[in-house]
Amino acid sequence: MSDETKVRRIVPIGPYHPLQEEPEFFKLVVEGETVVDLEINLGYNHRGHEFISPELTYDQVPFLVERICGICSNSHPLAAVLAIEDCAGIKPPPRANFIRTIIHELERIHSHLLWVGLAGHFIGYNTVWMWAWRYREHILQVFEMITGNRNHYAANKPGGVRWDIKPEHVPEIRAALDLVEKKTMMLTKAVLDDPVIRARLEGVGILTKEQAIAWSVVGPTARASGVDIDVRRDDPHCAYDQVPWNVIVLSEGDVFAKAKVRLLEIFESIKIIRGCLDKLPDGPIDMRIDEIPSGEGIGRTEAPRGEVFHYIRSDGTNRPIRHKIRAPSYMNIASNVVAVRGGSIADAALTLAAVDPCYCCTERMAAFEDGMLKYTGKDLLRLSWEKTEKIRERLK
Amino acid sequence: MSSSLQLLRERFPQIEVMEKNPRRLYIRIPREQLTATARFLHEERGMRLSICTGIDTREGFEVLYHFSEDSTGIIYTLKVLVPKDDPKVESLGSWFPAAQWIEREMHELLGIDFVGHPNLIPLLTSDTDWEPDRRPLRRDYERRNEAHER
Repeated sequence: MSDETKVRRIVPIGPYHPLQEEPEFFKLVVEGETVVDLEINLGYNHRGHEFISPELTYDQVPFLVERICGICSNSHPLAAVLAIEDCAGIKPPPRANFIRTIIHELERIHSHLLWVGLAGHFIGYNTVWMWAWRYREHILQVFEMITGNRNHYAANKPGGVRWDIKPEHVPEIRAALDLVEKKTMMLTKAVLDDPVIRARLEGVGILTKEQAIAWSVVGPTARASGVDIDVRRDDPHCAYDQVPWNVIVLSEGDVFAKAKVRLLEIFESIKIIRGCLDKLPDGPIDMRIDEIPSGEGIGRTEAPRGEVFHYIRSDGTNRPIRHKIRAPSYMNIASNVVAVRGGSIADAALTLAAVDPCYCCTERMAAFEDGMLKYTGKDLLRLSWEKTEKIRERLK
Repeated sequence: MSSSLQLLRERFPQIEVMEKNPRRLYIRIPREQLTATARFLHEERGMRLSICTGIDTREGFEVLYHFSEDSTGIIYTLKVLVPKDDPKVESLGSWFPAAQWIEREMHELLGIDFVGHPNLIPLLTSDTDWEPDRRPLRRDYERRNEAHER
């Protein structure tokens, strides 16, 4: 080994990025092309939600937590109202449970398609990017029809939901699902059968089952590493125990497995929504809550990225005295420390992106060597594209 | 009664269990038994650490360790009371990587010392000029409007 490769250098990634909901700073320690360590800094977008929440009433809290994340903007309010309902010991009416499930699964479809598109862009498959985002658009239009908004649906409130699914919405939701199912099937086959994508993603950024358990990762990140967990099945809430669906678990733990889990989960989500539409009960969509007694409550739900966890402690007033919020990326991003180790720089950003912290575009990345700019964000994107191109040439 | 709870009671008779509902168990344990209890839940019962919560209460700092048993859907919440004049508790992060970030965060926001933590630096404010002795989640935290002070 020459001295050149033994020298450790630092490649900073981040912290700010227009496509991330959570700005973060990744410091890659590299020897030559190989990543030997990773340091993660966060807090760049710390907005103090846990500090603000105790100043708001229980009706206002869902609006606050909805703004934690723009992509899974239904998960946090859902988990928060589940925590409030757990604390008060109330059960919302059945129709509200079904509507919550439908909205939550629609969100999973659009979030997974968004990730697939960004991952495609990142490895140089811009067609995948454009396709995935185009099909995602149909889901956003369904959201606009039901809730009046493409994002931030304000669907959940303690004791029920704010928006009803009207009878005239049902055929339109079904039509959108049929279309998205057909197109996603085509996309899934194209992605999973493509030899270049397979060669590019297989064996990259492996998180073993033991590591997944030690870091307590959640969601598709855990399920791609063979950890069979899904809060929707394990801790049933809303209407998840009333419709048939499957949990997708793969054992490889690499980026390809993570992509596959997400693509296959889209079809499970479509199955859940269809089941809910078939069984959608009549009745009220919310209930009156007079008082939240003192005590504590935990609400959790499976966001597109994994388990969202909310803990609320009440003292009997109309405000919580403590509201703990844990997003899935909090557990998943920490595990990147082991997932990127041993990989190459061209794979690092892809591995970091594979846990879906929405970190896929790279124009904010820069690499410095002895104080001089070595790689800009565009260069790192180019490195990743070049590797794909090389594989493509080899497989010709 | 679920089997994990039964075994937990046999192994640690001093614990105090509050069953909020069948899937939400709150277990008060002595501070000295934290590591043994947490190791039992994670290593022997295969539970996953969902997260921890730190709360400033009248009696002291309450640290809650939310363990999720995914085979049953039950959340076992271990409650440890940490006195304010001696805010120290054993670190789980030294043997359980999943606890490292949240212990750093609780250290930063509440000022609890996690003894044995491999790297107890601030998690959220490491890249800022935040004064390290300001603990926003403490009850005596004074909100300052820095724009007005200037």
